[in-house]
Amino acid sequence: MSAIADPWTRKAPVVTRSTKDGRRWLALPLLVLVLIPLGVLVASWLDGQPDTWQHLSEHVMPRLVTNTLLMTVVVGVGVGVIGVGLGWLTAVCEFPGRRLMEPLLVLPLAFPTYVLAFAYLGLLDYGGPVQEFWRATFNQTPGWLVALRQPAGVLWILILAFYPYVYLLSRASFMSGGLATFEAGRSLGASSARVFFRVSLPAARPAVVAGLALALMETLADFGAVAIFGFDTFTTAIYRTWYGLFNLAAAAQLASLLMLFMLLLLLAERFSRGRFRPRQDKRYKPHRIHLTGYRGWLATGFQGLIVMLGVVIPLIQLGIWAWPQLGEAIGGRHNSLVVNTMLLSLMGAGLALSAGLLLAFSVSRLRQQGHWITDLAGLGYAIPGAVLAVAIMLAFTGMDRLAGTALAGGLVALLLAYSIRFLRVAYGPLEAGMSRLRPEYQEVARSLGVSGWQRWVRINLPLLRPGIVTAFMLVLVEIAKEMPATLMMRPFGWETLAVRIFEFTTEGEWERAAVPALILVILGAIPVIFLIRRSAGLMGR
Amino acid sequence: MRLLSCVGLSLLLVACDRNDSGPLPPEAESRVVVYTSRQSHLIEPLFERFTESTGIQVDYITDSEAPLIERLAAEGDRTQADVFMTVDAGNLWFATQREVLQPLDSSALAEAVPENLRDPDGHWFGLSIRARAIVYHPDRVDPEELSTYQALADEKWDDRLCLRTSRKVYNQSLVAMLIEHLGTEEAEQVVSGWVDNLAVPPFSSDTQMIQAVGAGRCDVGIANSYYLGRLQRDDEDYPVAIYWPNQETSGVHVNISGAGMTRHAPRPGNARKLIEWLASEAAQEEFASLNMEYPVLDGVELDPVVAAWGEFRHDPTNLAVAGERQSEAVRLMDRVGYR
Repeated sequence: MSAIADPWTRKAPVVTRSTKDGRRWLALPLLVLVLIPLGVLVASWLDGQPDTWQHLSEHVMPRLVTNTLLMTVVVGVGVGVIGVGLGWLTAVCEFPGRRLMEPLLVLPLAFPTYVLAFAYLGLLDYGGPVQEFWRATFNQTPGWLVALRQPAGVLWILILAFYPYVYLLSRASFMSGGLATFEAGRSLGASSARVFFRVSLPAARPAVVAGLALALMETLADFGAVAIFGFDTFTTAIYRTWYGLFNLAAAAQLASLLMLFMLLLLLAERFSRGRFRPRQDKRYKPHRIHLTGYRGWLATGFQGLIVMLGVVIPLIQLGIWAWPQLGEAIGGRHNSLVVNTMLLSLMGAGLALSAGLLLAFSVSRLRQQGHWITDLAGLGYAIPGAVLAVAIMLAFTGMDRLAGTALAGGLVALLLAYSIRFLRVAYGPLEAGMSRLRPEYQEVARSLGVSGWQRWVRINLPLLRPGIVTAFMLVLVEIAKEMPATLMMRPFGWETLAVRIFEFTTEGEWERAAVPALILVILGAIPVIFLIRRSAGLMGR
Repeated sequence: MRLLSCVGLSLLLVACDRNDSGPLPPEAESRVVVYTSRQSHLIEPLFERFTESTGIQVDYITDSEAPLIERLAAEGDRTQADVFMTVDAGNLWFATQREVLQPLDSSALAEAVPENLRDPDGHWFGLSIRARAIVYHPDRVDPEELSTYQALADEKWDDRLCLRTSRKVYNQSLVAMLIEHLGTEEAEQVVSGWVDNLAVPPFSSDTQMIQAVGAGRCDVGIANSYYLGRLQRDDEDYPVAIYWPNQETSGVHVNISGAGMTRHAPRPGNARKLIEWLASEAAQEEFASLNMEYPVLDGVELDPVVAAWGEFRHDPTNLAVAGERQSEAVRLMDRVGYR
């Protein structure tokens, strides 16, 4: 089906040769690869577990569903407000300290949630410096601090960890035309707030939603932070069913429910968005709204607060813990871990990016079905890592038996697992870039006799480059932080920083985990800073 | 783009280069492969000494117990692993149920490891003992007040008790043993009493829980002794003391770290050598003291901090029971709202 025949598209029709175009089948092997592990999870329903389910629905599910919904809503609103707010401020406004702090706003991405969680808990808990100081000074345990370590405190950690997705994507969207439309609206006499909510925000909606989807998928699949804070969610129930009740089948069933929930969220969004897609003006106006007086300082304060909470405080805590062991760290005790982490991340990101490109190319001609396919293909991101790892492991060992391959236990299997898990992260930035591939370019090139592959290499790939770089960098950081699949599928000798952190944190030895954690954060910060500098440079500041 | 592909290619080359040292042919008998959930700094020194004395190279992979068991099951006869080494009898019991271990008939192990700390059929053997004790703040609790785990459900501990989360297998095993000794009904009353007495929601680690006792947030808790050992090693005057409960009744609840030979071990001879060596006098002292645990072998010297806690009588029930009753225990804890 070509785009012309599609009655739903209100966009300028994309001119294509609809027949004999095999490109859309290119993604088929990829889809099979991604969907087999997901299918393994769904197939767990064949093995009903009525006993376990009766227990779960009676004693576990009520709290779990409430907590999960609460978490989805609170984190969703939190990352939305902070992400969009900061995105707007840094994209179109000028205020004291903006340039200085702007790159720091993305840095929480470099912190794995489990690191952020244990840094905060270590800081605020009974044995931590804040409480010790308080007790020494006032001779009592501070009530307000106790409240912070309550289970719901984890929501704050998740918001801090994931708002950068919304920030990054909405900021890019606001930069490409946010100010022009905003000023156009203002010139028609509408108030700032009205223009922002009626014009600027809807224009940025696809970007905001893409960021929200990433943030929420990661939130739902998160185990590290919720486990450290003891907040019961779907993920903790999945692990409890597996590790405690020894019932992997029921755990997989729970995981597939989680997957369904995410799919429904994505679909609901697609329907509510409707078919209208605003076209964005790529021209950038090199001036900004100057926030003066108290407004300027409010903006500075907001930005400073987030940087303080999301970056500075956890870094200080990690630094304090790491300080006594710093000699060892500099002495190169972690060198091989660093090298392994970097190699795996680079190779994995390369593969995931290729998969993302393949997906983008093959669905670029499909409209409605395309969304289905990409939403499905990206679902690996919403499944708790260890469960997905088992499913992939089962799929690969099954394949090995049937086809005589030797995937399981090898490096290739691990890299494929990364691709399955992070396909959505790789595809997201590419999807945004695909809209730049105007059909006119293809027509002109074709009329000049440029062949298909040549068109991709010489026109489309260069046009997609910003998306490609963003996707590569994001996946790079994700893989460096990834824990469960790395643990389960790494070949001998491929210990990474995350593996070492895991070993220490399972036994609550946070001080010892601080050194590899600090190195991981610094390592992750490199692509993150590169990301923000590049996007700033591209827009000409 | 060209740059990117160049980088990618050279990375692949590097990777392939490294991979060559990976899978060795099966006839390379001077190697043994271990899947373990223990931290590398607790086992690596031992493995190095094993290699020194036998010439057998030890390669190992760390992960959580459950994924390792599933990995073994998925790999089946293609596995590279010879030995599965983990903590907690529940996990070892489950590995046996999952049919990823095989019995090992060894007179050396039968002699070294007390009968209740190993599988009756030889699927797994305890290598160190981990005692789950009561810890208390000496200024706020008179040890005379303490007696058993059950007694912590008494009203006098209202708002004074701290516990670790029920997600942790140590608590699951403890409750499993309570069920074994008291029956489901009474065990449920006990655990429900604990929950009522909690001063704060459960902690995610024993260390945090002990720190809350030390900070005076609560007065008593239940913890594995070595967690307190670590804190006392760093600070001699750490304000938390240990109490050995149930001395008049069932004995202190103990668990183990242990190992078993995998069902499809490609190098069974080396697997046996490693497990036997770990239970031998040469290894036991270091094995236990690395994590301040208790050796399974009698007559091995203890770490001074550990020795200072005195002797105790431990629960002689076979630990396989902890595994058999684990899912029952988890359900019980869910029912009474112990999170």
